[in-house]
Amino acid sequence: MLKNILGCVREYKKASILTPAFVSLEVVAECFLPLLISDLINKIQNGCDMKIITKYGLALVLLAFVSLALGVLSGHYCAIASCGFAKNLRHDMFHKIQEFSFSEVDKFSTSSLVTRMTTDVSNLQMAYMMIIRIAVRCPFMLIFAFIMSVKLGGKLALIFAAVVPLLGFGLFKIISVVRPVFVKVFKKYDRLNESVQENIKGMRVVKSFVREDYEQEKFNKAADDVCADFTKAEKLLALNTPLMQLAIYIIMIFVSFFCSKIIISTNGTELGIGTLSGMLTYSIQILMSLMMVSMIFVMVTMAIEGANRISEILSEESTLKNPENPVTSLRDGSIDFEDVSFRYNGNSNMALTNINLHIKPGQTVGIIGGTGSSKTTLVNLISRLYDVTEGKVLVGGVDVRNYDLDTLRNNVAVVLQKNVLFSGTIKENLRWGDPDASDEELERICRIAMADEFIQNFPKKYDTYIEQGGTNVSGGQKQRLCIARALLKKPEILILDDSTSAVDTKTDALLRKAFKEEIPGTTKLIIAQRISSVQDCDLIVVMNDGKIDGTGTHSELLETNSIYREVFESQTKGGGLNG
Amino acid sequence: MDKKTGGFAKPGGSSRAAAAAAARTSSVKKGTLKRLIGLLLEEYKVMLIAIVITMIIFSLVSAMPAIYIEKISALITDGLLTIKENGYTELSEFSAVYKEMFPTIIKYVLIMVCVYLLGLVSVFTYTRLGAIVTQGFLCSLRKRVFAKMQNLPIRYFDTHNHGDIMSHYTNDIDTLRQLISQALPNFISSALTITLLLSIMLYYSIWLTLVVGIGVIAMFAVTKIIGGNSAKYFIKQQAALGRTEGYIEEMIHGQKVVKVFCHENASKQDFDKINEQLCQDATNANKFANILMPIMGNIGNILYVIVAFVGGTILLNNWTNPSINALLGGEKFMTVSVIVTYLGMTKQFCQNISQVSQQINSVIMALAGASRIFDLLDEKTEEDEGYVELVNASEGSDGLTESPVCTGIWAWKHRHGDGTVTYTRIEGNIVFDHVDFGYEPDKIVLDDITLYAEKGQKIALVGSTGAGKTTITNLINRFYDIADGKIRYDNININKIKKSDLRRSLGVVLQEVNLFTGTVMENIKYGNLNATDEECIAAAKLANADGFIRMLPDGYNTIIKGDGSDLSQGQRQLISIARAAIANPPLMILDEATSSIDTRTESIVQKGMDALMKGRTVFVIAHRLSTIKNSDVIMVMDHGKIIERGNHEQLIEKKGTYYRLYTGAFELD
Repeated sequence: MLKNILGCVREYKKASILTPAFVSLEVVAECFLPLLISDLINKIQNGCDMKIITKYGLALVLLAFVSLALGVLSGHYCAIASCGFAKNLRHDMFHKIQEFSFSEVDKFSTSSLVTRMTTDVSNLQMAYMMIIRIAVRCPFMLIFAFIMSVKLGGKLALIFAAVVPLLGFGLFKIISVVRPVFVKVFKKYDRLNESVQENIKGMRVVKSFVREDYEQEKFNKAADDVCADFTKAEKLLALNTPLMQLAIYIIMIFVSFFCSKIIISTNGTELGIGTLSGMLTYSIQILMSLMMVSMIFVMVTMAIEGANRISEILSEESTLKNPENPVTSLRDGSIDFEDVSFRYNGNSNMALTNINLHIKPGQTVGIIGGTGSSKTTLVNLISRLYDVTEGKVLVGGVDVRNYDLDTLRNNVAVVLQKNVLFSGTIKENLRWGDPDASDEELERICRIAMADEFIQNFPKKYDTYIEQGGTNVSGGQKQRLCIARALLKKPEILILDDSTSAVDTKTDALLRKAFKEEIPGTTKLIIAQRISSVQDCDLIVVMNDGKIDGTGTHSELLETNSIYREVFESQTKGGGLNG
Repeated sequence: MDKKTGGFAKPGGSSRAAAAAAARTSSVKKGTLKRLIGLLLEEYKVMLIAIVITMIIFSLVSAMPAIYIEKISALITDGLLTIKENGYTELSEFSAVYKEMFPTIIKYVLIMVCVYLLGLVSVFTYTRLGAIVTQGFLCSLRKRVFAKMQNLPIRYFDTHNHGDIMSHYTNDIDTLRQLISQALPNFISSALTITLLLSIMLYYSIWLTLVVGIGVIAMFAVTKIIGGNSAKYFIKQQAALGRTEGYIEEMIHGQKVVKVFCHENASKQDFDKINEQLCQDATNANKFANILMPIMGNIGNILYVIVAFVGGTILLNNWTNPSINALLGGEKFMTVSVIVTYLGMTKQFCQNISQVSQQINSVIMALAGASRIFDLLDEKTEEDEGYVELVNASEGSDGLTESPVCTGIWAWKHRHGDGTVTYTRIEGNIVFDHVDFGYEPDKIVLDDITLYAEKGQKIALVGSTGAGKTTITNLINRFYDIADGKIRYDNININKIKKSDLRRSLGVVLQEVNLFTGTVMENIKYGNLNATDEECIAAAKLANADGFIRMLPDGYNTIIKGDGSDLSQGQRQLISIARAAIANPPLMILDEATSSIDTRTESIVQKGMDALMKGRTVFVIAHRLSTIKNSDVIMVMDHGKIIERGNHEQLIEKKGTYYRLYTGAFELD
């Protein structure tokens, strides 16, 4: 895990090393200050002239400036290192995710991928910043201040040796009790927020069923539960401050008491009055460091979970890889399924069983079947979005696993069922299909896809800006834009996965006509709900429960296939026409 | 209006997310802090007073060491002076001097121990009470916000980004936690400590106080400059972060399309650009934030040196040292003990100032959050002047009477102005009488709509997006109120019916299915909390959902998570139909309720649906004409008007819009 994550430091190694280096030097400078000052006070006490004071003063100011410079430098490099580290993490994850196949995307789910790339990275960046800066500073300060206090106060420094471990034990005891409570309560807190989200989303349902009070009661109960746990954890955590104060108080009394004894009984030879102030400064430095260490400990342990999640992505290897010597051209648009079975990852049931299907180049094939009959799964195997579990899929007579992935996917255009347009102009979206397409070419293709007309009706025509998720075009328009985008690839095989469901039947028919006339050589696979969308196909495949239930033309299937007949009847009952 | 969600706010684009992020960092309404403190006081008056008192005690205690160190140092100086004056040289003589001052030292130490004990008790009390108050307050605030939200009109949810509403619960409340549990107490205790220290400083030396004062001014100046820059870059960083996250979200959601188009490299390149920009902005923002601490700390150190230097100079030159102490007749000259004390105080002083300066950012952020929460709390809630109630009734010889138990017969209980009460049996007749409506006052969506739906009728609404079909249903259950005209339910103006009772008498199934985390059974029971398991199963059977539910790993006890994302859209619709069935309302609205179910399954469900609709008035909105063909009345809507009405046969005969739709000559979208 650590290797994965730390691998992202890369070009920021220098900054990542300089930061703690400067921090350490800053600590040294900071620890010398009290030593010099107590010396100065002792000198004043014993009566010295202005010269010495000036000399000390200059030295001290110089030291403060050095420490300031070091502090600024460390802050500077720390920002570079931590932000750069986060950048690299995001970079690596994003690039990795781009290489994911469909099964990996399914495995992680999009929302979890987004969280990992945003929240988790931010947390890790914070933790990294803490580690290279404060986590180095504190222990170093602890040790160095202790050494200096021994140098300054001799035996008096023993008090630190006694108090620090006690305080440390106390702080870590508190944390070890609090941490699991926090982990638990944060999970509950997340769940609480999830339920709020559900409530917001489902507000129409809540109001329709008049469940406002019920929802409120449910929420209050959950909120009280979270609150009780939070209070418990915070109460425990609140013990930190009194504990810290106790330690300071003990040191204060101890140092002042013994200091005065030693000074007087040695006539200021062993320790001076300046020692008192010096020792007290060190005590604050030491205890503060200890406090910080305990806080960092909490932060780091909390970031570990995020780091694990990020590492999972970075170490995930895509199961779909380019073959060693890939085939880089496609002979024709024929498709053959040979004894294909397919099972989704982590699923015990076969999604496809024993599929045998042969499609000739240029054929138009309709695929029909109820929800969950694995129509989509079937076509997804053609462009190798998933790999078969058993058997093989051939395109142009070659096993799809032997193709170069880009070659295969550029020749097999899929218009997905859950399609998306991206924020950008219509032109930009269309050019996903062909980055070099001319404006005329775009218009020509859009005419085939029956999209040109409505695009021309937009005030900005092809420069109309599509909002994220394509929310400013209607469902039918979106589908036609997606078809145009796919057509621009000039594919050998075109797969339409329920891509005209929101298009009216007339336009749908015109689309099919245009396909027939404009791209006759392209093999076309059409998944549809409507019989009217497939009834003219050369071949219709009826899917049921992951198996091919029947194949044939419209009239053949009406004779031989009961499912097909039922679907047909459900759509034509009462009238002679399809709705 | 967005088709699928009936006008839900659209998810924000990346540019908007960035703008929102930028807006988030600013804008604090006046009086927010006052109101926040007011709310705190309202609930936790006693505890807060206790907290403030213990804080004051603690601050006093924190200032005590300064005096204590001065006293001890003075004692030591005196002791050393005694040794010097008497010319002692022997260790035993030193010890004798020490022995002489020992009782005084012990006295001081004991006083300090007592003071410290007091300090411990007070710090323990206020931190503990602080934890209780913080969490309790946040919890009640959460409840308050949630309760408020439940009573907001649907319009609010249609016009606000859901992510923004959500962030009240996450970001805003989280920043408030920071404010109440840390920033505010720190502010108070720092302010108290600073004031106390300042008075003690003045007590001992005016010159040195001036020196410290100048240092403090320098510190404030630095905070202002660096803080200002840091805020500027921080806003830039937030904007870049919004942009990056927007891009990530968009690309990952469209990941499958990216793959299908071999667009990986292009999206990587775009991402790298955005990511690089974020890195730059974040580095700048963090640089400024990071250097604040060392700069403040070292100004403190320099100040420390200057105090030592100035103090030493005054002492050596034996200048007078004006101070309150001197005014009160105390020591007129500088002493080493005063310098030592001063050094300690300077350190403490600077620490407190830098603590305050570091909290400023989070205070502003939290106040902006509080301000947003108050905005939500100030939103107008759904108003309800209705007084007609829905009651259980039983039919006797003297007509309808109210019944305390469920009888299966429902009636409208109508209280009249003269004190009489009449009961009208609920039938499910709906009349729209010249209704006008627009979501915005100047944009008419429904124009002079008149329609009648009688008990047991199936009324279908057909028309393209934006024609106003969903709007009609939004008006029946009063999600929105009409601008002009009247809607009557069983001859009662629906404005007179209590909203909750009105909605209870309506069942709604929407295309956009929302399920809640919980078991399948609980989700069905949502329609009727008093239903038994058997009744739920019967309802599921009616909706043809029983079959697939039994196939789920735990059957009816299968936990549905994440809005039922494990189920297919069709299955979710079936559950929502069962949920509406169990509510058993006299009137139902099916808004694209079966659009995600394939036609074959639909024709199977249809039987159940027919059973469900039997005896009820039903409004059906459907894209698929096969779903509505058998309706009693079909209304074709266009641009907010009903342009055709009649049953299927009549409309086909008419050869108008419906005919063209039906024959596929017209686009329905």
